[in-house]
Amino acid sequence: MRYVDEYRNETETRSFVRAIERRVTRPWTLMEICGGQTHTFIKSGIDRMLPPEITLVHGPGCPVCVTPLEQIDRAIAIAQRPEVILTSFGDMLRVPGSDTDLLSVKAKGGDVRMVYSPLDAVTLAQKHPDREVVFFAVGFETTAPANAMSVWQASRLGLDNFSVLVSHVRVPPAMEALLSAPDNRVQGFLAAGHVCAVMGYEEYEPLAAKHRVPIVVTGFEPLDLVQGVYMAVDALEDGRTGVENQYSRSVTREGNRRAQDIIAEVFEICDRAWRGIGVIPESGYRLRAPYRRFDAESRFQVSRVTARESAVCIAGEILRGVRKPHECSAFGTLCTPDHPVGAPMVSGEGACAAYWHYKREA
Amino acid sequence: MSGLRAADLAGAACPIPIQDYPHVLLAHGGGGRLTHMLIEKMFAATFANPALAPLHDGARLDVDGARLAVTTDSFVVSPRFFPGGNIGSLAVHGTVNDLAMCGARPIALTAAFVLEEGLAMEELWRIVRSMQAAAADVPVPVVTGDTKVVDRGKGDGMYINTTGIGVVRAGLEIAPGAARPGDVVIVNGPIAQHGIAIMSVREGLEFGTKVESDSAALTGLVAALLDAAGSSVRVLRDPTRGGVSSALNEIAQASRAGIRLEETKIPIREDVRGACEILGFDPLYVANEGKVLAIVAAKEAERALAAMRADPLGREAAIIGEVVEDHPGRVVLKSRVGGLRVVDMLSGEQLPRIC
Repeated sequence: MRYVDEYRNETETRSFVRAIERRVTRPWTLMEICGGQTHTFIKSGIDRMLPPEITLVHGPGCPVCVTPLEQIDRAIAIAQRPEVILTSFGDMLRVPGSDTDLLSVKAKGGDVRMVYSPLDAVTLAQKHPDREVVFFAVGFETTAPANAMSVWQASRLGLDNFSVLVSHVRVPPAMEALLSAPDNRVQGFLAAGHVCAVMGYEEYEPLAAKHRVPIVVTGFEPLDLVQGVYMAVDALEDGRTGVENQYSRSVTREGNRRAQDIIAEVFEICDRAWRGIGVIPESGYRLRAPYRRFDAESRFQVSRVTARESAVCIAGEILRGVRKPHECSAFGTLCTPDHPVGAPMVSGEGACAAYWHYKREA
Repeated sequence: MSGLRAADLAGAACPIPIQDYPHVLLAHGGGGRLTHMLIEKMFAATFANPALAPLHDGARLDVDGARLAVTTDSFVVSPRFFPGGNIGSLAVHGTVNDLAMCGARPIALTAAFVLEEGLAMEELWRIVRSMQAAAADVPVPVVTGDTKVVDRGKGDGMYINTTGIGVVRAGLEIAPGAARPGDVVIVNGPIAQHGIAIMSVREGLEFGTKVESDSAALTGLVAALLDAAGSSVRVLRDPTRGGVSSALNEIAQASRAGIRLEETKIPIREDVRGACEILGFDPLYVANEGKVLAIVAAKEAERALAAMRADPLGREAAIIGEVVEDHPGRVVLKSRVGGLRVVDMLSGEQLPRIC
């Protein structure tokens, strides 16, 4: 497959691993921000190929994982209403809420549908004027443009039976929170290439300067990741800080202006709660006033839903990179992909699921 | 008789704790871990008997010296017509393939139709003709059947159940638990086509080229394989729902041996791989309907491979891995970049990722 196989080349991957081995002189702890990167590391076995000096900790970049339990309970409450068609991306459907999950709501007769694009949800709303179509809008800056576009389209079409349950989050404030935490041990970052393809990397420069860390914008294929690790190690060994761009085939410093424009048209920045981490200032998006009539939370009056997290789950520490999945007492016993206790075990991008699927004693 | 009475059963606790799954989920039929749990804990445990115990694709019955294989399968595919086949041809291929996986030559099929009120007669006619054509190709006669009609809205157009009876070739002991360290794993061609063909129609996805289902009867190919390699063929499995990974995990567990795969050796079409990349699917979990995984003793591996490659359905047959002593019960894959990872059984259904 062109443009994919080139980045999964064994010889070149091994030559980067050797270059890292030659360059590294002492232990370094790196965090890959995105859950997609975590999965590539583990699925391709690169984490086992790196020299022992390199410790990888897995970041909070899994949209399903950081969506607060309350928000999932709100989606479930909305989906149980007979007039509603609740739509979401596939991953989200299996995440357990306090009592049930969306697939179980579907099994009991709720109209829950998986969509590939939020615009499909807009089309559904046009097709079913007698129903309320709700899109569960989760994700980072990567999914924000398309989700914003769905609201903009619905507004242009004058649809009054479409709404979005917004749980959007932004990466830079989360990195700020991680770096400011007293127990932080991350010395360098692999930033999420897809997020930067939309937003550019200008906004990471002040972070790197303030906390004196290297941040390498990195792609998602095995070769991207070993090169990203090499660049971060090289910077750390040299004592360089600042932002470097490994993923230059997709990312520019400015990012995608048109995508940023539609986000800015529909959303404004707000404080948001991250599951397992808590409220991070200015870390989310909410609908701007002219679009607030599309807000499902107020339309269905579910703002007051509250939820309690499992007492054993250490998702918060995992999402902050403080502990690893197999250090959790519930991992593989109480908590498996069939019976997830916390969100990182559910999502295709969650660190716990990655450890469970690919990393048990092989 | 087992000595169990109806009264005992009435009070028996549900083997799948209700608090875990008070309702049946789609994943209980997905071919992965939940399907497994349902079959092992509820069905196999309740109907327990020696013929059922191996949990193979079909049961083997020794009747008055004849070695028979019996298998049954219900077909609920939506949409009913897809590139490369339809529910009717699939209902024939699926069942004759399950017989082939027992090393059996099909003798007869039954066909039971559950039709929804309002189904177009023309569509039913097309499907029935297609079933007949598929059966004639094998060849196997459809010797008896059943018809039920349910109210509009109570069935998804139509469901078909087929049952197959076959005769097991003499001298074969094919069973899921028969794999031994040193054996090789062979697949007869590119994987994941059926699942992607269905997805492309169901979700209206276009991939530039048309991906067709691999739905086909493997009777001829398996007969050629058995002619060539005989009792060196230890296990045969068609990787349908749950894909290659679930089938190999079942074999590894039943055989108490490890299986090691090489990603670069697994045949897959470029367009199918591309579709899987876009959807975030692992092709090892995607369904096949014309594929067989054969575990064959190493000494006959080349003969087996040559026999498969001589068949039109096996031209791209390849050795994709081996059975090993390490990590019993687990399947491990050497990735394209040279790393190792566990290939788990599918849990739940594969769902497209967010980003």
